[in-house]
Order: sequence, then C-alpha cells, then structure tokens
Amino acid sequence: MSDIGATLPQGRPARIRLDNDALVKRGLMIVIAAYLFAALALPLYAMLSKSFTTYSFDLTRYEFQVSDESGTNWSEPVTAKALNDKLSAVPPADLDTISDGRLPATSFFPDFSFRSPVKYRIRGTVENAPYLVGLDPFNSIEWKEVDSNTFRRVMLRPVQSRSLANYKTYFSTPSLFLSIENSFFIASVSTAITILLAFGFAYAINRSCMPFKPALRLIAMMPILVPSLLPGIALVYMFGNQGYMKELLLGESIYGPLGIVIGSVFFTFPHALIIISTALSISDQRHYEAAESLRASKWRTFWTVTIPGARYGLISAAFVVFTLVITDFGLPKVIGGQYNVLAVDIYKQVIGQQNFEMGAVVSVVLLIPAIIAFIVDRIVQKKQVALLSARSVPYEARPNRRFDMACLGWCAVVAIFILGIIGTCQFAALIKFWPYDLSLSLKNYDFDRMDGGGWEAYRNSIQLALLTAAIGTAIIFTGAYMVEKIDGFRTARGLFQFLAMLPMAVPGLVLGLAYIFFFNNPANPLNFIYGTMTILVVSAVTHFYTVGHLTALTALKQIDKEFEPVAASLRTPFHRLFARVTVPVCLPAILDISIYMFVNAMTTVSAVVFLYSTHTALASVAVLNMDDAGDIAPAAAMGMMIFYTNAAARIVHAILSRGVLSRTQAWRFR
Amino acid sequence: MSTSTARGRRTAKPKAQKPAGSSEPYLRITGLWKAFGEFLALKDISLDVNQGEFICFLGPSGCGKTTLLRAIAGLDPQTRGTISQGGKDISELPASGRDYGIVFQSYALFPNLTIERNIAFGLENAGRPRAEINARVKELLDLVGLPDQAKKYPAQLSGGQQQRVALARAIAVSPGLLLLDEPLSALDAKVRVFLRHEIKELQRKLGVTTIMVTHDQEEALSMADRIVVMNHGVIEQVGTPTQVYRHPASLFVADFIGETNKIDTKVAAGKAKIGKAAITFKAEDAPKSGEVIAVIRPEDVIPHSAGPKRAKARGSRGANLIDVKIDSMEFLGSYWRAHLGGTSLAGVPMVANFSMNAVRRLGLEEGIDMTVELPAERVLVFAKAG
Ligand SMILES: Nc1ncnc2c1ncn2[C@@H]1O[C@H](COP(=O)(O)OP(=O)(O)O)[C@@H](O)[C@H]1O
Ligand SMILES: [Mg+2]
Repeated sequence: MSDIGATLPQGRPARIRLDNDALVKRGLMIVIAAYLFAALALPLYAMLSKSFTTYSFDLTRYEFQVSDESGTNWSEPVTAKALNDKLSAVPPADLDTISDGRLPATSFFPDFSFRSPVKYRIRGTVENAPYLVGLDPFNSIEWKEVDSNTFRRVMLRPVQSRSLANYKTYFSTPSLFLSIENSFFIASVSTAITILLAFGFAYAINRSCMPFKPALRLIAMMPILVPSLLPGIALVYMFGNQGYMKELLLGESIYGPLGIVIGSVFFTFPHALIIISTALSISDQRHYEAAESLRASKWRTFWTVTIPGARYGLISAAFVVFTLVITDFGLPKVIGGQYNVLAVDIYKQVIGQQNFEMGAVVSVVLLIPAIIAFIVDRIVQKKQVALLSARSVPYEARPNRRFDMACLGWCAVVAIFILGIIGTCQFAALIKFWPYDLSLSLKNYDFDRMDGGGWEAYRNSIQLALLTAAIGTAIIFTGAYMVEKIDGFRTARGLFQFLAMLPMAVPGLVLGLAYIFFFNNPANPLNFIYGTMTILVVSAVTHFYTVGHLTALTALKQIDKEFEPVAASLRTPFHRLFARVTVPVCLPAILDISIYMFVNAMTTVSAVVFLYSTHTALASVAVLNMDDAGDIAPAAAMGMMIFYTNAAARIVHAILSRGVLSRTQAWRFR
Repeated sequence: MSTSTARGRRTAKPKAQKPAGSSEPYLRITGLWKAFGEFLALKDISLDVNQGEFICFLGPSGCGKTTLLRAIAGLDPQTRGTISQGGKDISELPASGRDYGIVFQSYALFPNLTIERNIAFGLENAGRPRAEINARVKELLDLVGLPDQAKKYPAQLSGGQQQRVALARAIAVSPGLLLLDEPLSALDAKVRVFLRHEIKELQRKLGVTTIMVTHDQEEALSMADRIVVMNHGVIEQVGTPTQVYRHPASLFVADFIGETNKIDTKVAAGKAKIGKAAITFKAEDAPKSGEVIAVIRPEDVIPHSAGPKRAKARGSRGANLIDVKIDSMEFLGSYWRAHLGGTSLAGVPMVANFSMNAVRRLGLEEGIDMTVELPAERVLVFAKAG
C-alpha cells in the first residue's frame, strides 16, 4: 500500500456541469461587475484619456479664396497658415485652446469688412478640418462660399490630439503645481493633529475608568453626520472678520491653511477614532500583565506594549485621514481663501474655466496619493485582521483617579471642540442677522427665498439618500454574496474584488469629473442619465461601494459555509436560502450598510457637485452654493438640516437594530 | 421493487462482501484522484458500495476522508476518475443534480429558523401542500426522538439534539444516499455512544445507503457494515469490522484499529523470534524470512498457566508458549491489563488483557511468574518498512 511514486494519470479534471444556481449566481455577479465597470472603470479611463487630450487650431488644414468686388474673380487658394505666417495675426500660443475653442476666420483678413461685396470661400485641405458657419458645423474639402456678412460668423474649430502637453503645462504653471505642496502640507498637519487627538480619546475610552464614556463617544461621532464644509462655516462665525472669538487668533486669518486644518481635524476625527479604538480594543491583557510583573513603568509599558500593539491601527488611521483631507473639496472651498489646494483646483478648472482637460490632469495628480494611501491601508488592514483572529484576553481597565481625570480632561477638550463647532452652526442658523441683530428667528430656514435650490434641494437629498441606501445596499450585499459563495470562477471573482475595492481609492470629485467625460458624451448610450437623479444615485453608490462591500463580506464570512451545500443537497435553489437564511442572519450588517450609505449620500458634496442639475439640486451642494453667494446663515441652517436628518436616521437605525432585530433574530438571544 | 426486498431482508448481521457477478453496486467509484495544486489528496480510489449498506471511511485526520465524501457529493470535483450512483454516471453532475442528504460536523442548521422549519426546508421547495409537509416534519421529529422541540431555535438545543435535527433535515426528502461527515465528533463521549446506536437504528429502519466519515475506530467498528480504512489518500483495506480487526491487510490497519503489541524482530525458518522464543504463525502471505514487525493484540495473549502447575501444564503443549513475569497490573473495570516482562521476553515489551475470570482462576498478581500462549493464528507478521 505504498504511495511512493503515485502520479496523476493523464486526463482532465471533472468539470461539474453548471446548474441553474451556478448560472444565476455567475450571471448576477457579472451584472454587478458590469455595473462597476461602467460606473467606475470606464469613466476613469475616459478621464485619463482626457488628461492626455489637447485641442489646437491646425491652420494648415484650411484654405481660403477671396473674390474681387464683382464676386466672380477669385484669388489663388491660400492656407490659413500661410496667411498667419505673413500677418502674425494669431500668436502661436493662442493656437492651443480648449475643446470648445473658436477662432474667427476674419483674423486672417485684416482688411475684412462685413459690408464689402467681396465674397469668401473656405475648405479643408484634409478630411478633418472642422469649422462653424454660425451655429452650423462644417467639415469638408469642398469649397464653401459665403458673403462678407456671413464670413464674419465663420469660426475655425480646434482638432484633438494626444500628448503630454497638458501635464507639461500643469507642471510649468507655478500657480497650479504649488497646490501639490499646499495639499500635502495641509493633509500632513491635519493628520498629525487628528491622530494625536483621536489616539488620546481612544486610549481614554479603552484604558481608563473615566465617567461619561457613552456620552463622549456619541459626541465624538457627530462630525460624521454633517458635510465636511460645515466646520468651515462655523469657523467663519468664530474667527472670521466678525467672529466672536476673532481675538484669539492674534491677527492671523482663519481663511487659509489654519481654517482648513481646524476644519479637517473636526471632520476626520470620528474616522480616526473608529480605527484606532478597534486597534486598541483587541490588544491583549496578558501583555500588560507581563509588563507589570516585570515592574515596567507605565510610561515604558505604553511605549513597548501599547504603541506597538496599536501600530497597524495608527498607520491605517493616518492614511485614511490623510486621504480624506487631501481629497476633500468642500472645506477648503469655504474657508481656504486664496490658499489653493488640489481638490479646489479641479473644481476651479472645471466650473470656473471650463478647462476640462486641465481638470483631468489635476485629478490624475490627486489620484496618485489617494491610490498610494489606499494600497498602504489595505496591506496594513490585512495584518490587523491577522492580529484580530489571534486569541487574546481583552484589557480591563482598573480605576485610577488621577489617570481617569486626565483622560476625562482630554476627551472633554475634544468634545467641547466638536460641540462648539456644531453649536456655532446651530446658533448661526437661528440668529436673525449676525452680529447686528442677535434675536432668534427661523428666517434662515426659509430656503425657498434663497438661491441654491430651496427646500426642493433638501427633498432631493432625502430622495438621493434613500435611493442610495436601498439600491446601494441591495447591489453591494448581493455582489458580496456572489463573490463569496460562488464555487470556482476564480479569475472573475478576483476581478470583481478588485473592482469592488477600487472606489475607495478614487476621490469623489475625481469620480464626478470622470462621470462628466463618460456620461456627458453624446456617443454614450447611457448619456440619457446625465443630469438626472439616476446619475447622482449611481455616483453615490459607486463612491461609497467599498466600505459597504467589506462590511458585507465580513458578515458573510461569519456564517456557516456549509449552508449552500446543504441547500443544494435539498435541491433548494440558492435564492430561497438567500432570502430565508442569509439575509435575515446578516440583517444587522445590512442595516449598517444602509445607514452608512444614507448618511454619506446626505453629506457628500464632492461626489455630486459636478453632476447635479437645476432639477436635482441637493442640500449639501446648497450649503456650498449659499455660502458662495454670501448667504452664510442659511448655509449653516441647511447644514443643520442635514445634521438633524442624519441624527434622526441614526436613531431610527438604532431602534431598528434593537427592536425589529430582537424579533426577527430571536434565535440570537435564546 | 428489488430495493424494497433488499431492505426487507436486511438484518443486524454484518453483510458479507458482495459476490462477484451480481448486479451493479449502488455507488461505484473508479480510479478517483484529487489534487490540490501539487498535493495529491486522493490517489486512485476505487470502491463499490451496495444498496442499503452502511459504510464508514476510517482513517487518521488529513487522510482524505472528507475530500472523498465531498467528491461523492459533487462539492469538490475530483481531478480524475468517475463516480456512478444507481447505475448513472454522476461524475460531472452538480450537487443539486445528485441524490443525497448530507450532515456536516458543524450541523449547519439555519440559526434563524425553528427546528420544524429547518426540517421542512427541503420539503417546502418541492411544492407540497402545507399539511403534508407538517405531517412529514412531525413524523421525522418523532423518528429522531425530538417530538416536542419543533418550535425551538437551534441555539436552544444541545449538540446531540442539533445533530439529530440535521439528520432529520437530511433524510426528509428521502435521499438515495446519506452522507455523514464526522457527525458525532463534536459531541461529548456519552452522547456519542448513544447517538451511534440511534443513527445505526435509523439507518436500518430506512434502509438508506449510508457513508459516514470518522476517525474514531470504535465508532466505525460498532456502526459499519463495511469499513474503508484510508491513509495518505489511498485505501488500505475494505472489509467488515471483523475482517479489518482480525485480518488487517497492512501494518497500518493493524496498528490503527484496536490495540497491538508491535514487536520489531526477524523471521527465520518460518518462525518469528520474540525474546528468546521462536513463535510459529499462520499468516499466509507473510514474509518467510528477514526483518519483520510481529503484531499480537493484548486480548490474544492467552494466560496459559501460573504457579506450581506451570511445568506440568507446559509439557502438554509445546507450541508458542513463553514464560513471563507480571511486572504490573491495572484493573480496567471489565478486565485486567498486565505488563509482562521476564528473562524469556528479553526486554521485549508486551501487554496482555486478562479476563477477570482468568485472573481469579490462575491466581494472577503482580510479580508472579506465568506462561502465556501466543496462538499461531493470532500472530500477524508484516515485512518491515512496508
Ligand atoms: N481546499 C483544499 N486545499 C488544499 N488542500 C486541501 C484542501 N482540502 C483538503 N486539503 C488537504 O487534503 C488532505 C485531506 O483532507 P481531508 O479530506 O479534509 O482529510 P480528513 O481525512 O481529515 O477529512 C489534507 O492534507 C488537507 O490538508
Ligand atoms: Mg474531515
């Protein structure tokens, strides 16, 4: 019975025939992968190719003829280039233009007069020589004859070519590339401060016996419920030209790096806290006992046990915060003043100058740090998970009055900062006319009397958030189920995983711009969704896909992997198992995904700012636009509307999780 | 029709191996291989399972039992080879196209469904009327002895009860084949022994062809009609419990099933040297000379005589008797275990199980000199490094 020398005989492995279930599962996975492909990969590709696209007037492509006054005798044909060489009418630099550029044909005829009886002819020397006559586009090598009055309205159009020229322009324009430095500076400083504050806070929550822990935790999570630009508005009220604490700045201006950093610390704090707190909560009591038995000082224990134990959490949190800050657009827009950062540059290039190509270039520049941070975070998260699964004894804090009070002090400072920002906004929203009439009123909530979309914008936001939560959760959970529970089909599953992780690496503003290029292209059959609620939902679902996907995967990995085999042996199709077992068992995770999608769809500015239309104005964008228009108090009021809504949604979520779950999941509680 | 008569005829007696030339076996596995990358988990497995038989796959952990079971279930397709069930080639059928019920070690009960809904899960899909389903569930609950647990959730039951629910769910749709992967391993010893009996009874009542995976030899010996002993991805032996116990085909099987004295020794002139004695043996295909391992089970060491009557008794039969001294004895409830030594054994360790009766009759106790017999037909000899 020796097995030495046993070798696999020739032949092929058994190929299990695909049953209905397998086909349906694969089909669903392919559909969702196709969704991600169309909503993410293709737009990004369109944007990337746009960044390499340049537009210029190619004068060699056009020929003109001019008649004499009788209109019958024509001059020899002459190219626009020859005319320009002779006249230097248009300097070479002006020949580079944007996709929408127009060059009047009359530029090459200095003695042109629209009243003259002279006639003109224009034609292309090659196939692609676009020009306009009035609004009508022409592109032909046939002569087109026009009278003087019409010739006035002949415009040459640029032709497209691919090159690195946009990047060259970018890196040779100091006002543009200076933003890289500014962005990195802001992101680094904000990250350092946030991580320090969040670590202290997490440490206090996990390692001390201080009082008021639940309340402090609740306050710490509040910034998640508001748009990132809201702290900007509060800071204007606190430290702006008429701010009530202006003196504290000793003449420094809040408009600029200072304001951006303070606001960034505010809105990134809860994200850092969640990650670090998780890392601290899994560290092992036994290490501390060992350190104690070695009579290590508290200080030494901190540096040799606590910090190394939490290092993955700290690194991960740092990269997450860095990415959030560097890709955020709302806050620097509101409080940045003249201080340029990458995200705002994209907005300015696109909305201000209509230079979409340059917007694409800045997007690519912004994508690079985001992708690096994403990769580092993924690597670190994997290690953290490995730590998590190791058996450990959770740390139990022992009361120590002085230490506990110090912890409480630290947390109180953070809590006051957060409450101060939100409180200021609430205050601003209710004051009649700061700082002259401090009486309370609700007039700032009368949004229909302001620009920015009014109450309809708020209703649209609710609609967007509900749709994103419902559709997003369904797509995300189904996709995660398919990728987790399909047998074989390895390559496709790997590709799906990649597509599902990618959104995390793509800043919202970049995604939005990519959508313009992709969906606003008339040649795209999906063009019809441009300017509708649909594109906003697609953008929001895609932008927030990854976190939901990871949540779903974690939940799915926890359920018994033998359920599918059992169902198959009972010849029950998977969709019945899915509906009757998988979904009910994963309901807590599903609710978590939906509240995450809801809150983020309510607060996001960056993912939607390029995509909303007059019919689909949104509350978060209204905050931005009202602030831009100087209606700061109504902007604060709208920001607070978002806050109330999200807070209410969180409460509903908590009630659902407790109440309804205790009924549908009676099995959990025995 | 033939099925029902076969079922009707089944008795508690272990079934003899099927005579050649009879009709097709119910399940036929031919030349099955399974590779995980470079690693071969199953190597050229061929096996026939008859209708209504209770088969155990027995072997140490990691030998490929589960892999073989999953190949039969269509959950992990084989790399080479074919499987047919009921005369039909199922080698490439998906799990849902095969005809079996399965019970996993984890039970895999749906935690959010009550016991009755768990059992009804496979029935509901068949679109039968509610009343019929309920009646069937009730019948199954009675069958597995849980008539009053219908409304509870799995987490409210003990491990043994959960396993019975899993069993009821698997047989609810009356599958042609029942697959059990270590169904009792997660349970504590008492429940395990009890459930062994229950499962065996149930299988007998239903007459369903059953394959059970286990690494517990007692479980296999007490439940199986035939045992498939596996090691490192190959089948070492297929046989009834008595066959594999009495006539192990390899040293591995002898060692894995039951207790053995393994004696590293030589064979010369057809006799094995054990200590100073030369012992005859009857095993036919055993080596006639060279380095061997001689194997004898402790209960096969027969207490021959002790004390003053020894010399006289000894004269009556000369063959395979060895003089030993009882170094120590342990009382193990129903029998005594003796560790034997003495000059004749020359340091070869030997353990013998003596019945209470023999101990009393011969007056055996620690330190006493005695003679034991190693019956020739009980001594097994295997070539070394086989
Ligand atoms: N999916 C897999 N990938 C790689 N190796 C596997 C896989 N499943 C099982 N094996 C290996 O195949 C061998 C047999 O496994 P298994 O059939 O589970 O053993 P057991 O007899 O304990 O049930 C083991 O060495 C195991 O490590
Ligand atoms: Mg196993």
